[in-house]
Amino acid sequence: MTKEFLRIENLVKTFNGNTVVKGVDLSFNQGEFITLLGPSGCGKTTILRMVAGFERPTSGTILVEGKDISPLPPNQRKVGMVFQAYALFPNMNVEDNVGFGLKIAGVGNEETRARDEETLKLIDLPGYGKRFPFEMSGGQQQRVALARAVAPKPRMLLLDEPLSALDAKIRVSLRQEIRAIQRELGITTMFVTHDQEEALSISDRIVVMSAGRVEQFGTPFEVYNKPTTKFVAGFVGTLNTLTAKVADAATKTVTIDGQRATVPALPTSAKTGDVVNLTMRPEAVSLANGHARDIVLEGTVAEVNFLGSVIRLKVNLGAGTAIELDTFNDQRMPPPLHDEKVQVTLSGSDILVLGD
Amino acid sequence: MSSNTDTLVSNSAAPASAGAAPSRPHFLSGVRWGDYLGVAPFLVFAALFLIVPTLYLVVGAFVAKDGSFTLQNIVDLGTPQIVSSFWISIRISAASAVLGSVFGLLIALAIIRGKLPPAIRSTVMTFSGVASNFAGIPLAFAFLSTLGRLGLVTVILKTVFGFDMYRAGFNILSFWGLTLTYCYFQIPLMILIIAPAIDGLKKEWNEAAATLGASPWQFWRYIGMPILWPNLLGTISLLFANAFGAIATAYALTGSSLNIVPIVLYAQIRGDVLNNPGLGAALALGMIVITAVTNVIYLVIRTRAERWLK
Amino acid sequence: MKHAKLWSWIIFGLGAAYFLVPLLATVQFSLSIRRDTLSLDAYTNVLQAPAFQNTFGYSLIVGIATIIVGLLIVVPAAYFVRLRAPQLRPIIEFVTLLPLIIPPIILVFGYIRMYNSSSPLPLTNSVVGTNILLTLAYVALALPYMYRAVDTGLRTIDVQTLTEAANILGANTLTILMRVIFPNIIVAVLSGAFLTLAIVIGEFTIASLLNRPAFGVYMQNVGANRAYEPAALAVISFVITWGAMGMIQLLARFAPRTAARTD
Repeated sequence: MTKEFLRIENLVKTFNGNTVVKGVDLSFNQGEFITLLGPSGCGKTTILRMVAGFERPTSGTILVEGKDISPLPPNQRKVGMVFQAYALFPNMNVEDNVGFGLKIAGVGNEETRARDEETLKLIDLPGYGKRFPFEMSGGQQQRVALARAVAPKPRMLLLDEPLSALDAKIRVSLRQEIRAIQRELGITTMFVTHDQEEALSISDRIVVMSAGRVEQFGTPFEVYNKPTTKFVAGFVGTLNTLTAKVADAATKTVTIDGQRATVPALPTSAKTGDVVNLTMRPEAVSLANGHARDIVLEGTVAEVNFLGSVIRLKVNLGAGTAIELDTFNDQRMPPPLHDEKVQVTLSGSDILVLGD
Repeated sequence: MSSNTDTLVSNSAAPASAGAAPSRPHFLSGVRWGDYLGVAPFLVFAALFLIVPTLYLVVGAFVAKDGSFTLQNIVDLGTPQIVSSFWISIRISAASAVLGSVFGLLIALAIIRGKLPPAIRSTVMTFSGVASNFAGIPLAFAFLSTLGRLGLVTVILKTVFGFDMYRAGFNILSFWGLTLTYCYFQIPLMILIIAPAIDGLKKEWNEAAATLGASPWQFWRYIGMPILWPNLLGTISLLFANAFGAIATAYALTGSSLNIVPIVLYAQIRGDVLNNPGLGAALALGMIVITAVTNVIYLVIRTRAERWLK
Repeated sequence: MKHAKLWSWIIFGLGAAYFLVPLLATVQFSLSIRRDTLSLDAYTNVLQAPAFQNTFGYSLIVGIATIIVGLLIVVPAAYFVRLRAPQLRPIIEFVTLLPLIIPPIILVFGYIRMYNSSSPLPLTNSVVGTNILLTLAYVALALPYMYRAVDTGLRTIDVQTLTEAANILGANTLTILMRVIFPNIIVAVLSGAFLTLAIVIGEFTIASLLNRPAFGVYMQNVGANRAYEPAALAVISFVITWGAMGMIQLLARFAPRTAARTD
């Protein structure tokens, strides 16, 4: 049932001797919401702009519904685009902005007006037709920009960090709205951001990128819980890294600051005496409090961050090794105190084995 | 932003005088009189040597030879000779303003959005800064050396291309010759003023328009020109005012053969050729009204256009 | 999109031709006084003429006087408006717009009417008086540029903080102006000064109507009577103007600025 919509093959882009996109392969299905996630300079925006037609690939192909779109100029690709800086036309009111694509396509005034109203209802700004951009807030302008992009019923929607210029609260509410609208319209969407929380919360799948390459391409669950590389594990969510020494490679025993523990797997090249990195998520670790699991470690509480529903603790396991753990707030049990001696526990299966 | 911090200083200076008696806050409250001392020379100068002389002239336009109030001078502006000089002035100012605007706009577009090397833009901007002040006697000499009867271009056209400009009817000492010369400072002025406006055309607008299916021409028609249009009109107005008040270039080039208003006024001041001092003042009044109105049009349009682009 | 680049070059080329050819033509004309060879005779004629030296010197002196008077008026005003009386700013800015709206010929006409023999301040009656009037007229012409230059300079060095620092250390206003503010805005001031000089040296209308032996009047005279010397004068005039502007650009690199507060 799921049909492939967009295929990118071995896409490369070089600017002045600097290769920004180093051979990327991706495949999106019809109606999917895919996010390109990564730090500044990783190439995500460049890929988006190549799909839009504002940059020409140095090599590689971009196929939409089976056809190579590289020879097409941007104004013939039928993609809708939303920019970080809203880019609403300042000399036109909301109605004219939203109807612009329809006007260019030659749609008559009557039908344009009808579709304008329909789209304005979709973005929850009915009756705003006669307002001008300078009379509206950032969040409102971005919603109008979204309406403008989808009004001509494009076959694909591109969003270039659309929330980065907005206040934190609006960012959260608007991203939900964007996702809801996209679901309703069923349009294939490419979303670019550097904010991993944004990516995790609204995407069907995430492309994690670094330095021009795809690090991992998977669902938010996969990317978060089964990161394939150290970069992905560190970029998406918080990560604990414990340095351990291999005590016995055969039995997979290690020592963490003098305390023994058995791990489910070691990197294949590890020998007794080697130093290895063990990584795990904060929510995988908990205070023992009688419910010990595979691995139990002793430590002292170094920091208590009461974040409301979540309490984040930092526990020193020994000289120089600290572990972060998240627990839910429990009204019956106050959090531990600074310098209190505690036991932390985790399951061996929660340790992530990562490639580089 | 500076007004916030500056009012802090002047407000903290207020307590001394505010302690006197509670009074309604008015425009000048909170300022110590000592502060005025620093600004006084400026204001006195402005009054004595800018505002009052001009007003003196304006009032003088309503004074008859015997000293009584009269509107006769204004009426006398309606004589054919005066009307024709105003008309010539208006035509030259309009011609050089429109030509200057059109070519100035094209050049500005070329250097800013035409994908030329960036060094060209900064060179042209610097040159424009200087050239916009070039008006005057040397400019007339320069154009005489170029397009005069013995000018370089005239001679080259004759010897190399066999084309005799002057026999074909061209003459630098004419309406179009003067207009062409005026463009030398009108075009750079236009470039200087319109460049920031063109810079204000964000790249994202082009890209958004493209994703919505618009061709480059459609972008200019629906978005680019509508946004630039007010600035353009306003600047044409400014260029008009600029040309209207200019005299030195015309004096050196066409002398009194082209009777533009400043030249008539000059002759009047020099030797009362009109035999009526009140009429001279009326001429001046006419000039001031025209330059003031056109300048105000420019300022008003500019402020309104800026509001759009916030 | 390739067409855009081609058209841009064409337009730029045409523009460059329109602006450069007259300059080249003037230089060529100025060298053509002798029938068949290029020579600098026009220049030597001009530079050796006593009239040239007198009027150029005269204009130079008037220019310097204009700069000094202008600064005495503008610097305190700009300083106080920025620091103590920001509500006067609209009035000041309106005043700086006036010289751009009032054509110079109107200005000098007004002066002649107002300060002639029948007025309480009969400046036109004496040579000294007329010279003063000329200088003041030039101050009016240069006012917008000088004010803008000084105001920009003050803004760049964050005048507010400097004044407070000097105040706390015990200085009074005059000392602050002379020893703290002025030295720091020297670059901006010099920019305004060079612009003023460029305006004054070539000015014709006001000097001519006030009957003063200024350089602009001399140029017009030469233009009316000679053929090649005017071109030489034009070249000299251009060189001076360009030189002044060049100095301004150079000075811009040496402008001091403090970090932090910008407005």
